[in-house]
Amino acid sequence: MSSLSHTLADSATMLRRNLRHMLRYPSMTVLLAGMPVVFLLLFVYVFGGTLGAGIGSGGGRGEYIVYVMPGILLMTVAAVAQGTAISVAMDMTEGIISRFRTMSISRGAILTGHVVGSLIQTMITLTIVIAVALLVGFRSDATPVEWLAAIGVIAMIAFAVIWLSVALGLVSKTVESASNLPMPLTLLPFLGSGFVPTDSMPTGLRWFAEYQPFTPVMETLRGLLTGTEIGNSALQTATWSAGIALLSYLWARKLYNRDPAHK
Amino acid sequence: MAGLNSASAISAVGLRKSYGEKLVLDGVDLEVVEGSVFALLGPNGAGKTTAVQILSTLIGADGGRVRVAGHDLAREPDAVRSVIGVTGQFSAVDGLLSGRENLRLMADLRHLGRAAGRARTAELLERFDLADAADVLVSTYSGGMRRRLDLAMTLVGDPRLIFLDEPTTGLDPRSRRTMWEIIRGLVADQGVTIFLTTQYLEEADQLADRIAVLDHGKLVAEGTAQELKRLVPGGHVQLRFADPAAFRAAVGALSHTLEDIPRDEDALTVQVPSDGRVRSLRALLDLLDAQSVEAEELSVHTPDLDDVFLALTGRPRTPANTDTDTATEKAVTR
Repeated sequence: MSSLSHTLADSATMLRRNLRHMLRYPSMTVLLAGMPVVFLLLFVYVFGGTLGAGIGSGGGRGEYIVYVMPGILLMTVAAVAQGTAISVAMDMTEGIISRFRTMSISRGAILTGHVVGSLIQTMITLTIVIAVALLVGFRSDATPVEWLAAIGVIAMIAFAVIWLSVALGLVSKTVESASNLPMPLTLLPFLGSGFVPTDSMPTGLRWFAEYQPFTPVMETLRGLLTGTEIGNSALQTATWSAGIALLSYLWARKLYNRDPAHK
Repeated sequence: MAGLNSASAISAVGLRKSYGEKLVLDGVDLEVVEGSVFALLGPNGAGKTTAVQILSTLIGADGGRVRVAGHDLAREPDAVRSVIGVTGQFSAVDGLLSGRENLRLMADLRHLGRAAGRARTAELLERFDLADAADVLVSTYSGGMRRRLDLAMTLVGDPRLIFLDEPTTGLDPRSRRTMWEIIRGLVADQGVTIFLTTQYLEEADQLADRIAVLDHGKLVAEGTAQELKRLVPGGHVQLRFADPAAFRAAVGALSHTLEDIPRDEDALTVQVPSDGRVRSLRALLDLLDAQSVEAEELSVHTPDLDDVFLALTGRPRTPANTDTDTATEKAVTR
């Protein structure tokens, strides 16, 4: 009857539940992959020729797809997180959550189940997006170690963003607002170095773009996948991820442990 | 039942809860005997669901001392959780899973182990007549099926104390009867304690050993269905006579003891106030016999819970029944 083994067992049970939901609606995962894929195609085929010429090195479409990939990957992370917020909010509006609360199960298990489930979903969705990118001409000279590092970086920021989405899902009173609240996250790659270099932006925006959390992540990924300068981006990425994850976790836990809203 | 085993399943003193300005529970005392069925009866908004939510550890109380199954509710919520089962007003099932998967989920969370969990699941599916729909998504279930699955999920961990918050609200009459049978079976076969809320007077009458009437956050009466019914004046015996002569003779005979008997000369009926007990019926018939008056037909009208409820909660249907304070006093003095 150790409480740690119960926590692990309950979290695994909740994870199985979330994975079942995912398997039952594979279309959800495909839908989540849909947005980044559409943006990828849009930015490669519609804007890629022009933007590729403008990013400095004078390349075209082929070079732009390499440049835009980190932004697309982060957009994927944000899209899955939006799904997380929705499914957490849906859970909270269902009676089943009240049942869980009146059972002797580890309190964090339900949230842990969502977070781990979403991490798995993120990896599946990223696989789809990267597969499409390879089909439309994305090439990387990254070594297997660099790929592993890139996956680690994405997992780190995804973990943070997913905890944030869990909190946003909990704070939302309706499923609709849960789907709207994380929306800015999907736009964040645009307001950073995801689609164009930040030095082409006006001062105020550039300042935001350079200091917002997604930019160092994209710079780190870009460095790992295409060999550009990483500098202290990796450290900033780790710091941002840890900070967002910790604060979001504490917020989510506080929201979850309060008395459920009175109907 | 109360006399054999008087251990308390629930013992609450001065339970209070408010949401902002709104006082939802205003000093409620409850005593539920182990192995009994206790019904909390009240109209919408009386505070029934809040009471269940507090007693089942879902939300905290603002005041009062509560022990559930021997554990202090505020200090040992997990100990309470391990012995209770809750079936709420809104079905607590996972619509994206099948019935079997829902039950397995409960078995896993109760740490039953694989084989035991599988066996328990199969047994409950069979018992609740869900075996045919076991592998279908619950979102396609009918209301009655969802409610049965909901209760089956509650039973997975063999709880000693089961909370049922309006277990039959929204069900069709047949499903309601099925649910009643299931509830009766639980008490008879397994000796569990049941705490149920309902706004259906008939339901409390059918199922409960004791009934507490909750109104605006306060208990206004408590007792058995019979005790509650006796609290309300208005019970009477109606006598119908074969001809006007017998009718007049009866009125004459009864006038010795009663002034101004309600009567209907066209229908040849009189209404004699009565508590409906055999002793008073016999006395009435003896009185008529002594005058050689024979009644054609006799019917006893005891107030039903409807009358009790309306009288006690101060929404009078009959103006005579508003003496709530006296009623409460009599009811609570057991």
